[in-house]
Amino acid sequence: MFDTLSDRLSGVFTNLRGKGRLSDADIDATAREIRIALLEADVALPVVRQFIARIKERAGGAEVSKALNPAQQVIKIVNEELVAILGGETRRLQYAKQPPTVIMLAGLQGAGKTTLAGKLARWLRDQGHTPLLVACDLQRPNAVNQLQVVGERAGVQTYAPEPGNGVGDPVRVARDSIDFARRAQHDMVVVDTAGRLGIDAEMMQQAADIRAAVDPQEVLFVVDAMVGQDAVNTAQAFQDGVGFTGVVLTKLDGDARGGAALSVREVTGQPIMFASNGEKLEDFDVFHPDRMASRILGMGDMLTLIEQA
Amino acid sequence: ARSQNALGRGLLSVLSRENLDDDAWDEVEESLLGADVGVAATTEIVERLRTRTKVLNTRSAGELRALLADELVTALQPDLDRTLRSTPTGDRPAVVMVVGVNGTGKTTTCGKLARVLVADGRTVLLGAADTFRAAAADQLQTWGSRVGAETVRGPEGGDPASVAFDTVKQGTEAKVDTVLIDTAGRLHTKVGLMDELGKVKRVVEKQGPVDETLLVLDATTGQNGLVQARVFTEVVDVTGIVLTKLDGTAKGGIVISVQRELGVPVKLVGLGEGADDLAPFEPEQFVDALLGEPE
Ligand SMILES: Nc1nc2c(ncn2[C@@H]2O[C@H](COP(=O)(O)OP(=O)(O)OP(=O)(O)O)[C@@H](O)[C@H]2O)c(=O)[nH]1
Ligand SMILES: Nc1nc2c(ncn2[C@@H]2O[C@H](COP(=O)(O)OP(=O)(O)OP(=O)(O)O)[C@@H](O)[C@H]2O)c(=O)[nH]1
Ligand SMILES: [Mg+2]
Ligand SMILES: [Mg+2]
Repeated sequence: MFDTLSDRLSGVFTNLRGKGRLSDADIDATAREIRIALLEADVALPVVRQFIARIKERAGGAEVSKALNPAQQVIKIVNEELVAILGGETRRLQYAKQPPTVIMLAGLQGAGKTTLAGKLARWLRDQGHTPLLVACDLQRPNAVNQLQVVGERAGVQTYAPEPGNGVGDPVRVARDSIDFARRAQHDMVVVDTAGRLGIDAEMMQQAADIRAAVDPQEVLFVVDAMVGQDAVNTAQAFQDGVGFTGVVLTKLDGDARGGAALSVREVTGQPIMFASNGEKLEDFDVFHPDRMASRILGMGDMLTLIEQA
Repeated sequence: ARSQNALGRGLLSVLSRENLDDDAWDEVEESLLGADVGVAATTEIVERLRTRTKVLNTRSAGELRALLADELVTALQPDLDRTLRSTPTGDRPAVVMVVGVNGTGKTTTCGKLARVLVADGRTVLLGAADTFRAAAADQLQTWGSRVGAETVRGPEGGDPASVAFDTVKQGTEAKVDTVLIDTAGRLHTKVGLMDELGKVKRVVEKQGPVDETLLVLDATTGQNGLVQARVFTEVVDVTGIVLTKLDGTAKGGIVISVQRELGVPVKLVGLGEGADDLAPFEPEQFVDALLGEPE
């Protein structure tokens, strides 16, 4: 699709081998290419700016190594920074001391929340848990049916006392679901909510009310990997409006570079915990920061070379 | 509500400076990048604008903003025909197919479009050719009953092409004006699913041409939107774009690249989840929202 960062930098560095240190001009030229590559990967501008400043600082101080050419060396620095921001190690889910453990999902319309609810339920079930899905999207046409079907496929129970399509109070359903889960011995509860915009004050309040009603151990912000520059606004709005403890990136089975991962992580400081990579229930994985780093900048081959050097 | 967002303010403060220095140009550039216009299109637009401001000796903020808006509107080819081909020809209904990647708003757009057409006195038949996603056909049918249109469905997991074929057949027999076919979301990278979509269209065309193939793009989408448009256009020859979710904070600037490269006009915009939240695409209005309202 776009040139990878490796392609871009190899052009900049053709004459540099053997220099002791990268000159300011080299670093500026490099920074320009990295900036373009990040923007083409949809990393949000304010995040690009901060990132470039950090790379310049590190590259300026770095001795040129014998084993790596300057392009490789910069890529190594860029990769290390990316992995560091994307999370270093993967965090595990937080569990309640007294079951049930509650996981609430929130995000923009169409991000992949309901599908993720099914994936999480199946994943938890495979680990010996007895999850309950809760249908709190009472707004979008047939969102309740969708969750029920997804629940059946995952082999778990769905709590859906209201028909939806505009009928029923999602906050009440959320509250009641906890009692229901206790009585029916579910040790995990996954709450699906309606898609909402960050600027929709009423809907954000509803999400905050649902959160208050279920007091979740985790609130997961579900975000589409194809999202562009709006990722920062939206992530910030959900952080302020509902608050979240972790992020899930969806639709990673496509060819979007997924710069949103970097934007959301950098702006909110919350870890990316899971990756959704398909429409089927098993298309789900814990998040791997290193894979995401090379995906964002298309550095796969280059990193292999660097590891061998 | 969308007036004077951060982006608009930033740009206006730049444009009211006395001299257009490099920083000022950088900020103009960043305001376009921040709206998802993309690096290539932004670079070209800024270059042209630089030349024009020199030639015209532009100084005032208002003039410069007008020039920038003009560049963007031009990129959107305001003269393109944006009418929706939804009128029947002879004894055949108009056939509209709605396609796109997952979750962009295809089913909702079908519902809203049906609403517009029905309100205009036309009869509409919906075809639920998404036989894959959980409750997708139910969702379309709910929309249909809301707006006064019947929905043709097939068995869950069944062949989407045969549902589409049946819808056109029933629509022709019932002499409806327009048939709207909703298809399953699919990523453009999935060869099997894209082949399936091509087949849906070919099978429908056994009864006559598809009048309109609408690609639904989500305004929050970044640079991937261009690749989506390219691949869908190759496979099903997209004739119009619907840009959804413009009621949020995303600007949808990717459609500028899409229109420049593919020449496919944006025809409609989605402005909410309700039945009436669909509007024709107006290049000037879109550009104003993208840049923030003028003072
Ligand atoms: N290719 C792909 N499709 C996905 C993935 N996750 C979800 N989807 C699809 O994206 C579309 C939207 O998913 P949903 O789970 O309905 O999204 P949602 O966030 O619940 O949507 P709303 O409830 O309408 O806000 C559906 O077509 C899903 O099958 C993924 O990881 N990859
Ligand atoms: N705010 C807003 N939400 C929208 C708009 N259009 C659709 N939506 C919402 O986006 C979500 C996805 O819409 P759908 O119509 O189900 O999308 P789809 O493309 O049919 O999804 P799949 O069939 O799963 O690929 C739903 O929650 C819709 O209510 C819009 O213009 N604005
Ligand atoms: Mg949902
Ligand atoms: Mg749909």
